[in-house]
Amino acid sequence: MKVSVTVDGVRYEDDVEPRLLLVHYLRDQAGRTGTPIGCDTTNCGACTVLMNGMSVKSCSVLAVQADGAEITTIQGLANGELHPLQRAFHEEHALQCGYCTPGMIMAAADLLRDNPHPNEHEVREGLEGNLCRCTGYQNIVRAVLKAAGSAEVTT
Amino acid sequence: MTTETVANEVGKARRRKEDARLITGQTNWTDNITLPGMGYVAFARSPHAHARITSVDLSEAKAAPGVLAVFSGADVAAEQGGLPCAWPVTPDIVMPNHPPMAVDTVRYAGEIVAAVVARDRYAAADAVALIDVSYEPLEPVLDMEAALAEGSVKIHDAGNKSFTWPFANGDIDAAFRDAPIVLERTYRQQRLIPCAMEPRAVVCAPVGDEYTMWSSTQIPHVLRVMLALVTGIPEHNIRVIAPDVGGGFGSKLQVTAEEVLALLLARRLGRPVKWTESRSEGNVAVHHGRDQIQRIRIAADADGRLRGLDVDLLADMGAYLMLVTPGVPLLGAFMFNAIYKMDAYRFACTGVFTTKTPTDAYRGAGRPEATYAIEHIMDDLAAHLGVDPLELRMRNWIKHEEFPFTTIAGLTYDSGNYEAATEKARSLFHYDALRSEQAERAAAGATVRLGIGISTFTEMCGLAPSRILGSLAYAAGGWEHASIRMLPTGKVEVVTGSSAHGQGHETAWSQIVADELGVPFEDIKVLHGDTQVSHRGMDTYGSRSLVVGGTALVVACGKVREKARIIAAGMLEVAPEDLEWDAGRWSVRGDPDQGKAIGEIAFAAFAAHALPDGVEPSLDSDATYDPDNFSFPHGTHLCSVEVDTETGAVKIRSYVAVDDVGVVVNPLIVEGQVHGGIAQGIAQALYEEAAYDSSGNLVTATLADYLLPSAADLPTFTTERTTTPSTGNPLGVKGVGEAGTIASTPAVVNAIIDALRPFGIEDIPMPCTPERVWRAIEAARSARAEGAAQ
Repeated sequence: MKVSVTVDGVRYEDDVEPRLLLVHYLRDQAGRTGTPIGCDTTNCGACTVLMNGMSVKSCSVLAVQADGAEITTIQGLANGELHPLQRAFHEEHALQCGYCTPGMIMAAADLLRDNPHPNEHEVREGLEGNLCRCTGYQNIVRAVLKAAGSAEVTT
Repeated sequence: MTTETVANEVGKARRRKEDARLITGQTNWTDNITLPGMGYVAFARSPHAHARITSVDLSEAKAAPGVLAVFSGADVAAEQGGLPCAWPVTPDIVMPNHPPMAVDTVRYAGEIVAAVVARDRYAAADAVALIDVSYEPLEPVLDMEAALAEGSVKIHDAGNKSFTWPFANGDIDAAFRDAPIVLERTYRQQRLIPCAMEPRAVVCAPVGDEYTMWSSTQIPHVLRVMLALVTGIPEHNIRVIAPDVGGGFGSKLQVTAEEVLALLLARRLGRPVKWTESRSEGNVAVHHGRDQIQRIRIAADADGRLRGLDVDLLADMGAYLMLVTPGVPLLGAFMFNAIYKMDAYRFACTGVFTTKTPTDAYRGAGRPEATYAIEHIMDDLAAHLGVDPLELRMRNWIKHEEFPFTTIAGLTYDSGNYEAATEKARSLFHYDALRSEQAERAAAGATVRLGIGISTFTEMCGLAPSRILGSLAYAAGGWEHASIRMLPTGKVEVVTGSSAHGQGHETAWSQIVADELGVPFEDIKVLHGDTQVSHRGMDTYGSRSLVVGGTALVVACGKVREKARIIAAGMLEVAPEDLEWDAGRWSVRGDPDQGKAIGEIAFAAFAAHALPDGVEPSLDSDATYDPDNFSFPHGTHLCSVEVDTETGAVKIRSYVAVDDVGVVVNPLIVEGQVHGGIAQGIAQALYEEAAYDSSGNLVTATLADYLLPSAADLPTFTTERTTTPSTGNPLGVKGVGEAGTIASTPAVVNAIIDALRPFGIEDIPMPCTPERVWRAIEAARSARAEGAAQ
């Protein structure tokens, strides 16, 4: 099937199998390997991208469902300079191996779109669908609060 | 001349160099690699825990579109060799052959029985579904005690016992004879799945008779040696690259069937191949961790002074011995006595085969298991005596003035200060206030009870002195290598044999070298994880990288400085002895304006126009460091939980960790390691368990069933440090990679038990799910009611 997808500002037109997952399309056909795959049951969220501004787990979207959509991956988030979330993840040491980081940042971007000034509890609940095995989440939560400019950054 | 001085980098909370690529998606995970003509590998795996393979029909799969080749175990039997186990812990150990692809018998569900190579990953998966393997099912063996029982079905011809490894020191019979108090407990260490976020992947490219393998591994150097030994391909014709690796926690400290088969398939096909595992495939195929039955007896005087400790372990090996499977419980053998003094210690571990996924190292590897058991029984002993569990520990621990101290297990702890760490933790935790609140709630018969859990742990890190490893029958050494390359422009390339997969070596190693050579942090590039770039190494596991690899850096930098001194002396026309080193510069003693910075000396060495006679035109140096001893980080972790006695729900209310990891190179990285470690230990206490059904199938094969905690499941931790420098290495460092995981599991479980002791509860098997907690409370209530009725 033919799909037309804009990925990180570049329009792609491709012939794809109907069963092709969006994440495989992004990685294998569009060459956007910044979005990794961490599981096969939509639990880990490593593959989270924005589809028309809303976060989706790209392992649970078919490429054909993204026809006509605008996809933003971690590679398209920075606009000349780092996105505030990227900067905050760096500053607050919110990553170790970094494998969950693209999905975590994209999920956090959607969280802040929905709730620009969350408290710690809201950040923890809001990122529930994204798993990290390295950080214990504490610095991820701090980073998201920092990027939001929230006053309350707990230690 | 330059007069700039470089500030001390060690100790600074430097933001990580690694982050730049990781936060922008410019990473190089193995699965990102695509090579021209590359075939995609998918494996057919056994659905049976134990079965004989009666036939394998590949014909349909071979005919499927896009399929390049399909192989059964029989097809590769002649060339696949056996997967290595490098730790034959006893002379009579049973080490069964472990074919990468099963040929006639499968011994766990998930064992590879056939391989497809196709043009894309979808075609490969489709073809796997067309493979027809017929099995004659055999009885699974899922329980360690049943496996050892007379008449059990044999998993291997030599039986189901792999080894028994004994240790004894002191007169254990005397310690227990007439002891006023003897407690005996049996604890269960459930089986865990490491679940590094990056599933494993391997790419192998043949060029002539040479092979390059990219693998999501912790151990590129060990892997290269082992691939050569297993396949017979000469070692110098194999290059292994660990590109960006997304976590390991021990699970990538392995030589896997998939790596060996990728190499064989690439050789057969003469084209590059790639295999990437799915998570549910990884959960059955990546080695698991823990899985022990711990029988522990402790003898004490009436005042709580420990007399003796007697430990019998059953350790589940799974179906085969993998790289260090038998050695994992032995690492725990030296840690059951923990920070305590006692008269006698006896330990025995029996390694048992079952028809389950093999076990091997998982964060802490033997030490979390031991720490859990001793810290749990110390709390039980305190409850038995009616003394505060911290007080009991103080009566028994090694006092700070007693270091260095040789323990009953034979290790010499070089340094530590348990008093200081505990006092700090106690204060941050508001220990006394929480104890008061706990008593009030209990007195009021509150349904939500408060419990306080204690874990005063130590661990052996910095694996390891090669001689000790040799004495424990480990096949390799424990040294580490480092090279310093001084570039003509004064920049520095640091080559390390450590192989980071999230730890932040590029940052921490830069900090160390910046101080050692007096060059700016930004001018240093750390290279690792490629056997062609880093030709010697022992890789990253066991909290060894900083202690061993960091020391290798220091030694190599010292050699650079000494070479630079000779050249600087020539440039300055003075004797080398007249020069002194300060902040990246050799200058004339008493005349500091007369000097040469390391960068200037590097350029002079590069130009080589006027070097002193006999001096080689290079400052480059390397060092291989083998430590004399382990290092012994320690700490006090305190956890408070609220237990709802009506629902069994456990909520962590506060968690305080005071760790002493010696000198800290980067406090940000240390704090991050502690956070993540605590989270993994909490996960064992509350959430995770690899569960099998009665036919031997893993029922927690997906992340929907295997419960990794999310941000919503974990509290905010309070982390602090005390600093007692290690005396075993010039940096004074001890290692931090495993500390949190070792400490936190007993802290949490002890807190739950502490809340429920008034109900008569002494143990709840992990993970302490609401159901298990609720059932324990109900059972205790029924038992009491029965007791009252009689």
